[in-house]
Amino acid sequence: MKFSIYRYHPEHDTAPSMQAMELDDALIKPGMMLLDALLLLKAQDESLTFRRSCGEGVCGSDGMNINGRNALACITPLSELKTPIEVRPMPGLPVIRDLVVDLEPFYRQYRAVTPYLVNHDPEPEVERRQSPADREQLDGLYECILCACCTTSCPSFWWNPDKFLGPAALLQSWRFLADSRDQATDQRLADLDGPFKLFRCHTIMNCVEVCPKGLNPTRAIGRIKELMLKRST
Amino acid sequence: MELTRRKFDTLIIGAGGGGLRAALQLASAEAHVAVVSKVFPTRSHTVAAQGGVNAALANVRPDNWHWHMFDTVKGSDYLGDQDAIEYMCRAAPQAVYELEHFGVPFSRLDDGRIYQRQFGGQSMNFGGGQAARTCAAADRTGHAILQSLYQQNIRAKTHFFDEYFAIDLVRDGEGCLLGALVMAIASGELMLIEAKTTLIATGGVGQIFRTNTNALINTGDGMAMALRVGIPLQDMEFFQFHPTGIAGKGMLISEAVRGEGGYLVNAEGERFMERYAPHALDLASRDVVSRAIATEVREGRGCGPRKDHVLLKLDHLDADTVHKRLPGICDMVRTFLGFDPAHTPIPVAPTAHYTMGGIPTNRFGQVVVPEKHGPEEPVPGLYAAGECACVSVHGANRLGGNSLLDIIVFGRAAANHIIEYLRENRYHRPFPDDGLDAPMARLARWEQQGDGETVDALRGELQQVMEADCGVFRTEAVLTDGLRKVSALAERLADVRLRDHSRLFNTARIEAMELENLMDCALATVAAALARQESRGAHTRIDYPKRDDVHWLRHSLYHRANRSVDSKPVRTRPMTVDSFPPKERVY
Repeated sequence: MKFSIYRYHPEHDTAPSMQAMELDDALIKPGMMLLDALLLLKAQDESLTFRRSCGEGVCGSDGMNINGRNALACITPLSELKTPIEVRPMPGLPVIRDLVVDLEPFYRQYRAVTPYLVNHDPEPEVERRQSPADREQLDGLYECILCACCTTSCPSFWWNPDKFLGPAALLQSWRFLADSRDQATDQRLADLDGPFKLFRCHTIMNCVEVCPKGLNPTRAIGRIKELMLKRST
Repeated sequence: MELTRRKFDTLIIGAGGGGLRAALQLASAEAHVAVVSKVFPTRSHTVAAQGGVNAALANVRPDNWHWHMFDTVKGSDYLGDQDAIEYMCRAAPQAVYELEHFGVPFSRLDDGRIYQRQFGGQSMNFGGGQAARTCAAADRTGHAILQSLYQQNIRAKTHFFDEYFAIDLVRDGEGCLLGALVMAIASGELMLIEAKTTLIATGGVGQIFRTNTNALINTGDGMAMALRVGIPLQDMEFFQFHPTGIAGKGMLISEAVRGEGGYLVNAEGERFMERYAPHALDLASRDVVSRAIATEVREGRGCGPRKDHVLLKLDHLDADTVHKRLPGICDMVRTFLGFDPAHTPIPVAPTAHYTMGGIPTNRFGQVVVPEKHGPEEPVPGLYAAGECACVSVHGANRLGGNSLLDIIVFGRAAANHIIEYLRENRYHRPFPDDGLDAPMARLARWEQQGDGETVDALRGELQQVMEADCGVFRTEAVLTDGLRKVSALAERLADVRLRDHSRLFNTARIEAMELENLMDCALATVAAALARQESRGAHTRIDYPKRDDVHWLRHSLYHRANRSVDSKPVRTRPMTVDSFPPKERVY
């Protein structure tokens, strides 16, 4: 099986390049994921560098650009990929080495949306009640694993990485706005005001297309806009 | 290499649930805390916990902490320390309510309270009917808890060193902990973090086995670091094989599947748990169910062309309920097996899952070692919590839903003790000139050039040996052979060479040091398994099929220096209630 893999090592490369790599077909077993192949390639050349951990699509470490589309390597079946399989780092972020990007700008966006529950009431000695219907509002939101597949596939993010907060952070923002236990709605909305942070989303919907957890950041962004509108009238 | 030096009140190594719960408590008490993690915090393995966290909230069925305590003691096959178990079970409801206040999106009952499901080994009224004690956020409870804890740490402004790898702890001549040498993975730069207190929260070591449910990062780093500064590991022979990993692949299929009504069948379509656990059936303790599956397979009643697994059925349940209660499981089965488990049974087999053993601690999270004044003397300034620790609440077999509980209860307890310790120890101890010699030597070793074995090949061999010789069923002969093989692999470790000596984001170097850690933990596991001549909990010796409370109601302690195993007594006396004396364990 043939691969074309983005290689860049700042200690000895002046520019990145695509490297042809190959695995003996005998090594490819049915049901194998791309991560399995990358691990085999790394066994051949230990300098090949990428992040990985859980191997089952729950930790969000191994987001990368696979045949032109952002995805998690550990849940991308080899059988569904056209060869040579082209693997690149997620676009729009500085590359540290090979498939590893600097996620700090992405994490900064996350931290910018007050990503925690705010509730000023005295703490009850038991749980705060939440109806199943209210809790259901969080489905499709709390599952985000911060893999950055969505944000780094978003043209609005590529154009305004410092100003637009990107789909992942905005999905998180809605996760708390939608939580019946949260009391910071006004502040959260005020923080998103202005032409860029929220409103740079042009509903291109790449985020929805690539989310490995099947979440819908575009819808979440739409809900925030609706809420803003409702509040301002 | 240049070396940065930083000073903190507390160094926490590991940013899973245990580390983050402790960090939050400490940051809230205005201690100056550094959290070092080799992965971004939300990628820690807590994220993979599915089913839930146990607490006697009694939201669904009658319950109280004393019943939870009984189940945990019984589940531990009486090897758990009953003071720690009492503490954990009493603290559980409050700890879960705190999580809810932190924002964890628990599933809800119609009246708005936290949803609780049934899990294995749970009973009402000291061995009566099935309890429903496991608080759940669908089947993504670990993810939900880890996210919320990280979020609260953002609020509390905890200082994170993300993608820093801890190389070694530093201890002074008097045995006090001084901190650790760590490496920034991205730049390869070294940093010495001096701390008045250090908390190890690095998780388990499932990667010593070939087929496991664990993340690739679960390499026992903290356990091995403890071993290297002279601290023994406790009860390492007790490794939990989860009954339901996806056969041949290892991904975890939560006990919640059986809690929600799923059950196991063999090749004859028989619900075989009826023979092994007539009352609890498929919700017997994990060790019991894993042994039952392994027995069915050994006796030729396994499924599939190789008769090497059994089937987990959910297709008799309402498909909508399955999709709603177990969305993550359904996703995972679709991804890795290509079908919907609501309609097609899942092939499952016992899979290496959880390290019951670890760094010995007391219920305050203090690391305790046999020194001059008895078997449990605290190491000044050193704490451990969670899967890397052995407190010991799980004893010989952990109950499902008790690991998330363990990390939040003892992460918090350790932090509270650290706050006390910091009050009495206001200054950093002097750092000796030779303090960094050992950690630096460990690093320098990997600069050796030339041909040699590869990390990948040696790790593969180690995992194969451990799987073959230290699995569900064990004998003296197989374990002796296993110990010989692992010792030989440990010798060969000296001949392993890195090809890539670059500095920036060199994951090969990290994997090399992880392999060293795996090797030490594997030696501890197989040596302790050979030493224990009885069957208890997850440790099943075919040559010693009975539990032997006369000789072996004791914790084992593995020492790295001479690879020896000795023991210390079990704490059978709880804090306030009567002790649960060992009884025959039936489910």
